[in-house]
Amino acid sequence: MVQKKSLAAPYLVWMAAFIIAPLIIVVYFALTDSAGNFTLDNLMTIGRYSTVFARSLILAAVATAICLVLAFPVGYFLSRLRTSKQHIMQMLVMLPMWMNFLLRTYAWMSLLEKNGIINRILGLVGLGPFEMINTSGAVVLGMVYNYLPYMILPLYTAMTKIDQSVVEAAQDLGAGMGKILTRVLIPLSVPGIATGITMVFVPAVSTFIISRMLGGGSNLLIGDLIELQFLGNSYNYNLGSAMSLVLMVIVLLCMSFTSSFDEEDMEGVV
Amino acid sequence: MRAMAGGNVPLRRPTAKGDLSKMDNNVIVSLQNIVVDFDGQNILNGLSLDLHDKEFVTFLGPSGCGKTTTLRVIGGFVEPKSGSVFFDGKDITGLPPYKRQVNTVFQKYALFPHLNVFENVAFGLRLKKEDERVIRSKVLEMLEVVGLKGFERRNIATLSGGQQQRVAIARGLVNQPRVLLLDEPLGALDLKLRKEMQLELKRLQREMDITFLYVTHDQEEALTMSDTVVVMKDGLIQQIGSPEDIYNEPQNAFVADFIGESNILDGLMLRDFRVEFAGNEFTCVDKGFARNQPVQVVVRPEDIKVVPAIQGQLTGMVNEVIFKGVHFEMHVEQGGHEWIIHSTQASQPGEVIGMCIGPDEIHIMARTEE
Repeated sequence: MVQKKSLAAPYLVWMAAFIIAPLIIVVYFALTDSAGNFTLDNLMTIGRYSTVFARSLILAAVATAICLVLAFPVGYFLSRLRTSKQHIMQMLVMLPMWMNFLLRTYAWMSLLEKNGIINRILGLVGLGPFEMINTSGAVVLGMVYNYLPYMILPLYTAMTKIDQSVVEAAQDLGAGMGKILTRVLIPLSVPGIATGITMVFVPAVSTFIISRMLGGGSNLLIGDLIELQFLGNSYNYNLGSAMSLVLMVIVLLCMSFTSSFDEEDMEGVV
Repeated sequence: MRAMAGGNVPLRRPTAKGDLSKMDNNVIVSLQNIVVDFDGQNILNGLSLDLHDKEFVTFLGPSGCGKTTTLRVIGGFVEPKSGSVFFDGKDITGLPPYKRQVNTVFQKYALFPHLNVFENVAFGLRLKKEDERVIRSKVLEMLEVVGLKGFERRNIATLSGGQQQRVAIARGLVNQPRVLLLDEPLGALDLKLRKEMQLELKRLQREMDITFLYVTHDQEEALTMSDTVVVMKDGLIQQIGSPEDIYNEPQNAFVADFIGESNILDGLMLRDFRVEFAGNEFTCVDKGFARNQPVQVVVRPEDIKVVPAIQGQLTGMVNEVIFKGVHFEMHVEQGGHEWIIHSTQASQPGEVIGMCIGPDEIHIMARTEE
């Protein structure tokens, strides 16, 4: 055992230096003012930004929900393919992730712009131009586009463990497509759903690139707000740290919520 | 005629009508000219079959013979390329599985891992929106029937293979299907448990008084449990009959060979009750063949009597003696043919023995081209 523990030593050092220490620094700045005195003011002032926090949570939740709805049938379809085809399809799902994140989001900018490709095509048939960029819809679209693979893959992995004969058994016992979904497929995919939600919601709630590029100035998210405190005009890293801390707590709550589902399910299996 | 009420059935009606009138009332499942292809490979080649109500019917054959596919056609999981499936006189060919009055016990049980024993068994009843109290009493009763009383709250993963098998059977039977389909349900169990379950399944079928359609590749299992055995090969039916018929009167060399061990020899039917094989003439009980018609002769290994060499109708030399528990299996060389003999008395390898075969023990089949 001792030997095995020592194998983890390099990572423990890494963790202490680059995870624990920064966390302590964030907490320190969040609870001090610019002179270094202890204060709760930073945390108190966050209340002023509650609309931004609410917007972040809502947009991330909407994007997560859309991802879930889109990914569920895809995951099921993938899991029913032959193994050789599964590998190809899995690669196609991941393909967009091989391209730079910024580039992908820039591409959406030029698609959604006032005289972007979509509006120009619509213009040919006499429609538009529509206001698409700089809306919250565009932000959600960007989130869904960028994070969808992170929902598909865990769902697909969970569903490969569902034996086709279990689906047939449900059919045999009188379940139509709807009942198969609610009584068998969804309950058996819970671990994948929980992981997928975490993997989409967490980055979506803290993103700042997507909102800045597709949301314009009017769709500020927590991520943007934090960035402003460190790199923007308002330069106030004490407030920025406090915001980060609150965001971290939100994410932590979200993760413990989804993982409680996960554990419940594991109890069922073991 | 009420049977024609299944009005949303396309196209095949005219032929079906003709066949229906010929069907006797006792037939519960009727397959007519079923053809099934997988990737251009023929699995079933125009299979036709009537199955009688309240019988224990076994589909028996080597793997790849189409027995499981036949079951899946009846269950609705495989749609035939052509042909019709009738259930209780109604054409159900295009009907999805969840609308059929049959239930299936799957090969690997296919229990719902997220539900406990009670909820697994209750699954079908809940879909029918039965009253909670009715569900409770039916499920508990069925669990008692399969010997799982007190297991309601148990998790599926904590059950042994045999117990899981019982849950799967209870889950099907609790819906009171007219027909229960069983796809090699005992394949994963050890020998002793399998023997127990064979008898139990037979008992269940009698108690529930419904039809069991059972798929297996184990000939002994088929003979033990069935009222009717359907022997299949290459997507075609080789023989249908009672276990006794199939064993004693195989219709061709394949059946004779597949059902138990056999000595199969080419012979010549000299005239009624007289057949020549292995270089000798024998009296038999078969007639109705043409004079000097080439035939195949089947003699079961346990039907050959071992006698001193001079008293035998045939004499041969013992090549090998294998102890099999209840009997000895002997391989005896005679006229270029190796006979298999089952006897409770062992001879020595190298010994020359005589063999006697009574008229009743000789079974004659028309020679098939192989």
